[in-house]
Amino acid sequence: MIEQLRWQLRQWVASSLRPNLDFPLVGALLLLAGIGVANLYSAGDYDLDLVIRQSIRLVIGLVLMLVIARVTPIALRNWTPWLYAGSIGFLLLVTALGEGRGAHRWLDLGVLRFQPSELLKLTMPMMAAWFLNRSHLPPSWLTVAMTALLIAIPAGLIAEQPDLGTALLVISSGLFAIFLAGIAWWRIGLIAGVVGAVIPVAWQFLHEYQRNRVRMLMDPDSDPLGLGWHIIQSKIAVGSGGMWGKGWHHGTQSRLEFLPEHTTDFAFSVFAEEWGLVGVCGLLALYLFIIGRCLWIATNARDTYSRLLAGSLSLSFFVYVIVNGGMISGILPVVGVPLPFISYGGTSAVSLLATFGVLMSVHAHRRRGS
Amino acid sequence: MPRRRDSKQLKDARHENELFRRRAIAAFVIATLCLLGLAARFHYLQVDRYDDFSARSESNRVSLRRIAPSRGLIYDREGVLLAENVAAWRLEVVPEQAGDMDDLLKRLRDVVPLSEEDVERFLALRKAKRSFQATPLRLKLSEEEIARFAVERWRFPGVDVVPYLTRHYPLGQELGHLVGYVGRIDEKDLARVDETAYDGTTHIGKSGIERSYEELLHGVPGYELVEVNADRRPLRVLERVAPKAGRNLYLTIDSRLQIATEQAFAGKTGSAVAIDPRNGEVLAMVSIPGFDPNLFVNGISRVDYQGLLNAPNMPLFNRALVGTYEPGSTIKPFLGLGGLELGVVTAETTVNSTGEYFLPGQKRSYRDWRSGGHGRVNLIQALAQSVNTYFYSLAVAMGIDRMSQYLAQFGFGAPTGIDLVGEGKGILPSREWKRANLNQEWYPGETVISGIGQGYWTVTPLQLANATATLANQGIGHVPHLLKAMQDGFNAPIVEPSMSAPLPNIVKNVRHWETVRDGMIAVTHGGTASKVSIGSPYVMAGKTGTAQRYSRTGNVSNAPTDAKNRHKALFVAFAPAEAPVIALGLVLEFGSSGSGDAAPVARKIVDAWLLKGKPKAPAAPDEVTP
Repeated sequence: MIEQLRWQLRQWVASSLRPNLDFPLVGALLLLAGIGVANLYSAGDYDLDLVIRQSIRLVIGLVLMLVIARVTPIALRNWTPWLYAGSIGFLLLVTALGEGRGAHRWLDLGVLRFQPSELLKLTMPMMAAWFLNRSHLPPSWLTVAMTALLIAIPAGLIAEQPDLGTALLVISSGLFAIFLAGIAWWRIGLIAGVVGAVIPVAWQFLHEYQRNRVRMLMDPDSDPLGLGWHIIQSKIAVGSGGMWGKGWHHGTQSRLEFLPEHTTDFAFSVFAEEWGLVGVCGLLALYLFIIGRCLWIATNARDTYSRLLAGSLSLSFFVYVIVNGGMISGILPVVGVPLPFISYGGTSAVSLLATFGVLMSVHAHRRRGS
Repeated sequence: MPRRRDSKQLKDARHENELFRRRAIAAFVIATLCLLGLAARFHYLQVDRYDDFSARSESNRVSLRRIAPSRGLIYDREGVLLAENVAAWRLEVVPEQAGDMDDLLKRLRDVVPLSEEDVERFLALRKAKRSFQATPLRLKLSEEEIARFAVERWRFPGVDVVPYLTRHYPLGQELGHLVGYVGRIDEKDLARVDETAYDGTTHIGKSGIERSYEELLHGVPGYELVEVNADRRPLRVLERVAPKAGRNLYLTIDSRLQIATEQAFAGKTGSAVAIDPRNGEVLAMVSIPGFDPNLFVNGISRVDYQGLLNAPNMPLFNRALVGTYEPGSTIKPFLGLGGLELGVVTAETTVNSTGEYFLPGQKRSYRDWRSGGHGRVNLIQALAQSVNTYFYSLAVAMGIDRMSQYLAQFGFGAPTGIDLVGEGKGILPSREWKRANLNQEWYPGETVISGIGQGYWTVTPLQLANATATLANQGIGHVPHLLKAMQDGFNAPIVEPSMSAPLPNIVKNVRHWETVRDGMIAVTHGGTASKVSIGSPYVMAGKTGTAQRYSRTGNVSNAPTDAKNRHKALFVAFAPAEAPVIALGLVLEFGSSGSGDAAPVARKIVDAWLLKGKPKAPAAPDEVTP
């Protein structure tokens, strides 16, 4: 009797002290956020305001993560269609309000000002997982086609804004769900072939500035003072960092204002300049650890919905890293994709931590004893 | 594993789970390969091509440098240069490269003298700029200072001698008030203008034309992409977009007349404004004493500035634009015209001047300047002899409301709208003005003295000249202006802006106007200023005015030492009377009377304008006894 009570008490204390979190993952995220803030302090030339603002967003994000971690995946699954419909509604609102005014991404709700496209980074994989979960896996052609339609609607709206970078991220997060659902490899090959054939057509629909970014990528030196400037200056920053880097706050490229957007999209260039190849490899290893840990959480999830959702969120995170890293090193076009936790940006930090909240929730409700 | 129908659900779940696990592993492998690829890319950039990028980072930097536009020049109507740009050298510091600023300034002082003001201004400006922007420390270096610095330059990283164009005013003193001056930009100025347009510009218009037409004069800055080395020393220019120089301005001022006007005052404190009545062009605008605007361009020393600021005759005060004076009898022609136009009097109406005027039922007397009076006079005679009694009774018959309403049409009591900032507006007495400003009722006695330009009345010399010009042009006024034309670069055509439409005609009956004009001709022909027309080849119409500080007590101090309490002598005039081309408003601060002191000055000014290029007429007598 006493033994049983003591056991129950121990269980209760343990569950309170471990609020559904995966500690290796949380530790890695906190380390990453710390590196990001330290880098921001250097990249922003000791601008304490910038650091404080970013830290506040990180704290808000962490609280949001803890809250979401408490929600069960079943509840998330039940809300999914509504959340998806809601974010589409916000997108339509932005499109309606922003008519004829150039790039219009923000929605101002008085107290809260945010980009609805950020919501889709979470609700898109949720919706894809929810829909794929309804039928047997691997998905049939019909299921794949329907999922593709669900992806195309928000992607089209975001591309219209125009925000090609976010549109591509939303598309990829949906496609990851399809991939993880087990679509046959030969079907993937077929789709890739069709997409390859469609690219020349899609080129026609790109905005001129987007085409220029791709052209610049092919040959940045052709326009060193125009659009190629970003890439060249970033490559100089990265390359001059060498093996060991110039040291914290000793990067000259950003200090002398040669590197544009050195606290946001090009924050990684500053990091690479100041910490060298060693720092870059360490950072990439940290990212790889986070991605791997997330996939492990996904694999151990209790149901298919949780698995697909957690898996595609992990791979989306990977896409941020590869797209931003590719951009600043000059192998991918300059699209405005921030590097998670390193680039300055409030919405990005909060929405990222929200996705990790989902992962924590999946982790907390994993299959036991496997 | 064999398939079993009854457990399809379970088997599918396990199958899906297995499927996912394989996909997750595949995804992780792909991700790892991608990140390895990325790491390989960084290896390529940071190791294989390290030397290349390191060299580019260390030795080849492209920096953007703004090039200040050269400021537009200012000419007078004949093309005489009033403001030009001359080459000079200044000392600039890039704070970021200079290191410890206090130490630097201390060491620099031994090489190039720096005044406290230089350092203060530099430190204030430095706060407003970014640390990599060059900030001027000392302007207008002498040859010797440049040479001394060149030798010691290696000791001062981030400090450089830079050529620049500085403003110079060839005529100096003569046009200090009018053209104004440029001075170093301070934080207050930066808040007023578009900062990027002034990046690289050190000076900005502070007063006069330089301030009023700052936008036209400044121009558009260009930029230069310069390759600089690790010390940010320029190596070569990659791309250059030339700045667009400011516009050259041609003023309506005639510098010859301006100088003649100043000389006519012979150093006596006062002010005169000459306007072409046909179009409102300001021909001369003088405030004496003046100051040398060149003192201000490169930073006036505190001693000089305090000296100018505290001088008793206030040389920095632009009397022509801002100074307000009691107009005295100079308003009589305007009031007389109002009497005729409003039907209060006719040209034949006479008033008996006995030397004293009483309001019905009151004991207080209002006096004529000649004791015993002028006898029975009509308007022409009243103007000629400046008979106060005539205008006392005219003002009372007209009433203060009609009087102020009528005179407002000539621009009294309101800014003229001239294209200079900070214009004064004077006071046109009225019931409304008194209620708004003093919160008091209007008394009938105030109507009486308002009729001779006393009481609350004040006017600026510009207003006086402007009203006279409107009168001279038979009631058709123009907004006075100083900008005659502008030029967009040196080879561009000189463009005159389209003339603004004249103001509505005030004079309804030309006969009335002719009567007043004849009265003003009588002033200079047998009237209070008769000596002024002696030997004159043209006919001048005028009116004297003497503002007395103690009009009724007779206790007037006229000693030269008691400048504050001395009379102010005024004169308004236009000429030639039959077809006026110049209208004049003139104030002499320490004159004893309008006829004795102001009128001869006016004669010299009008002579200078009307007799230009002609054989010199016999000089007007300097001394005219009233």
